Amino acid sequence: MKPNQNGLRSYTIIYLIFLYAPIILLPIFAFNDGTIIAFPLKGFTTKWFEQMAESDQLLTAVKNSLIVASASAISATILAIFAARASTRYEFRGKGGLMALIMLPLVLPEIIIAMAILVILLQMGLNLGLHTIILGHTLMCTPFAIAILTAAFQSLDKSLEEAAYDLGEDAFSTFRLIILPLVLPGIISSLLISFTISMDEFILAAFLGGTETTLPVYIYSQLRFPKAIPVIMAVATLLVAVSICLLIVAEYFRRRGIAKTGGKDTGGFL
Amino acid sequence: MTSAKPMIELKDVQKWYGDYHALRGINAEIRAGEFFSLLGPSGCGKTTLLRTIAGFEDITSGVVMIDGKSMEDVPANQRPTNMVFQSYAIFPHLSVEQNVGFGLRRDPRTAVEKQKAVDEALEMVGLKGYGKRAAHALSGGQRQRVALARALILKPKVLLLDEPLSALDKKMREHMQVELIKLQRQVGITFILVTHDQEEALVMSDRIAVMFEGEIAQLDDPESLYRRPKTRKVADFIGVMNFLPATVLSEAGGKVDVDVHGFGRATIDAAQVSNSHDGATAVGFRPETLTLLYEGQVAADREAPGTVEEVVYYGDMTYYDVKLDGVAAPVRISMRNVFGREVLERGARTRVAWAPGALVLFR
Ligand SMILES: Nc1ncnc2c1ncn2[C@@H]1O[C@H](COP(=O)(O)OP(=O)(O)O)[C@@H](O)[C@H]1O
Ligand SMILES: [Mg+2]
Repeated sequence: MKPNQNGLRSYTIIYLIFLYAPIILLPIFAFNDGTIIAFPLKGFTTKWFEQMAESDQLLTAVKNSLIVASASAISATILAIFAARASTRYEFRGKGGLMALIMLPLVLPEIIIAMAILVILLQMGLNLGLHTIILGHTLMCTPFAIAILTAAFQSLDKSLEEAAYDLGEDAFSTFRLIILPLVLPGIISSLLISFTISMDEFILAAFLGGTETTLPVYIYSQLRFPKAIPVIMAVATLLVAVSICLLIVAEYFRRRGIAKTGGKDTGGFL
Repeated sequence: MTSAKPMIELKDVQKWYGDYHALRGINAEIRAGEFFSLLGPSGCGKTTLLRTIAGFEDITSGVVMIDGKSMEDVPANQRPTNMVFQSYAIFPHLSVEQNVGFGLRRDPRTAVEKQKAVDEALEMVGLKGYGKRAAHALSGGQRQRVALARALILKPKVLLLDEPLSALDKKMREHMQVELIKLQRQVGITFILVTHDQEEALVMSDRIAVMFEGEIAQLDDPESLYRRPKTRKVADFIGVMNFLPATVLSEAGGKVDVDVHGFGRATIDAAQVSNSHDGATAVGFRPETLTLLYEGQVAADREAPGTVEEVVYYGDMTYYDVKLDGVAAPVRISMRNVFGREVLERGARTRVAWAPGALVLFR
């Protein structure tokens, strides 16, 4: 396949530029001393970050996002622990179909989920707010959490549990002393990935938030004001930095978990 | 060391997995302090039976008694048994001593006393000084020792071992066989070993239950099992056994007169007769009960002429496949390679010495 190689290489390079150039532009303009997002650059400044720190609306949005992301990550992970444990340890009728249904939100268009939930919530007469965003985000994060935790539970040798039981422990203490420590890296990884997904989710947050705004919704609302754009660039720069850190930490824990239980890496999200 | 008192009694134990009949009426008594083996081909139900004794499998019917008590409502974590798992099941997130001391968590002794017990257990299995190591960094042989120490520290009445040596290489396996025998004598606990390796069972056990398809085919001490297998299937599974077609001529006073094809007439003691009904009447004999006769040698008892068909040289031993005159299938003969005795060539004419006392009659 020699003749093709140059073509493939150029394709890969163009693809990567297309993917990452916009993200690299974010910090460049976040530190650029000018309100217009265009070259040539005007000079270095940190004033956009200072403005960012002084905006009450922005800080509220950040606070809301943190609340939503933490709550969604925790609830999605707890639900996923049960689901992953059940699907890896027990055989029951309709397991395949049930797991497929639980994993479906991964591929379902988000806007459809958002609309469907909104209609139902309104029908039930519930007020919209952070709690409804949390509900939506939990639904969305759970499949990801299950995917991570299923891998963690699967790499767990069943005879480890039996050995603990054989040595006098009961089902609960076996879970606490053996299973939990061994899947802990998976749990942390699931929490972090769910948190990241929820943090930058827009559609559900916009539909289900009522008067509350999360960070992505706030950013979108600010795009109408050209003067606000450099500040948004600063926010986005921070967001990218935090997301990358979280994903790296998550991957670290996932790999450590696999190494700990002596399993083989079967690929993950990174 | 072994006494007649039964430590484990199995009475008509039946186990169904859905519509698969895994244990088909197991009856056995395992004596206190004996080294007992469950031997059989893969899939015959050995692990299922071991797990039944441990309490990991609910049996469909039957009775399991340990030390005189029915185990019907006793869960695995309260039975006086401990298990060495096939995968060893070493807790990977704990150190060696945390693994070994795991079962002492609910023990009322002080931390110092427990530490002492852990150190003693480690010393017993030859892992003195390994306590602080991470368990997942150990070699296969070391893991197995940790698993042994972890199970024995609780001083169970019965230690259950599921193919504990199958993951080790040949040298290590033979070494551990001897270690396990010594350990068992030292602690005096009843050991039940599951294995598919007949040699391992013969080497290690006081008594062996040979299992096929969910049933015990024969329960005996190694020598009886080897010398007087009750069925052809057992005979085939334990070592090599030659079979020659035979015809019963007469039977009287605890003796059976037979005509063995290739050998001629022989009288067989009733103790050497198996009424197994699993095939045509035949006599069986082990390769080492035959001797090739060299120039000038005469048989102590009887002899038969034949031709060497195949020679397999093992260094210390040579196996010969010899076609006896008048018999279609060759018989296998094993000869120790004594200094100064030549190894025969294929096609050589020879004479085979045999003795009626070594024959087992299957009919
Ligand atoms: N949990 C189970 N469900 C269904 N069948 C099983 C189960 N465990 C074992 N079996 C079947 O029971 C038979 C005996 O298994 P096992 O006791 O593991 O055999 P062995 O240890 O002698 O190789 C095998 O045919 C196996 O497929
Ligand atoms: Mg087995």
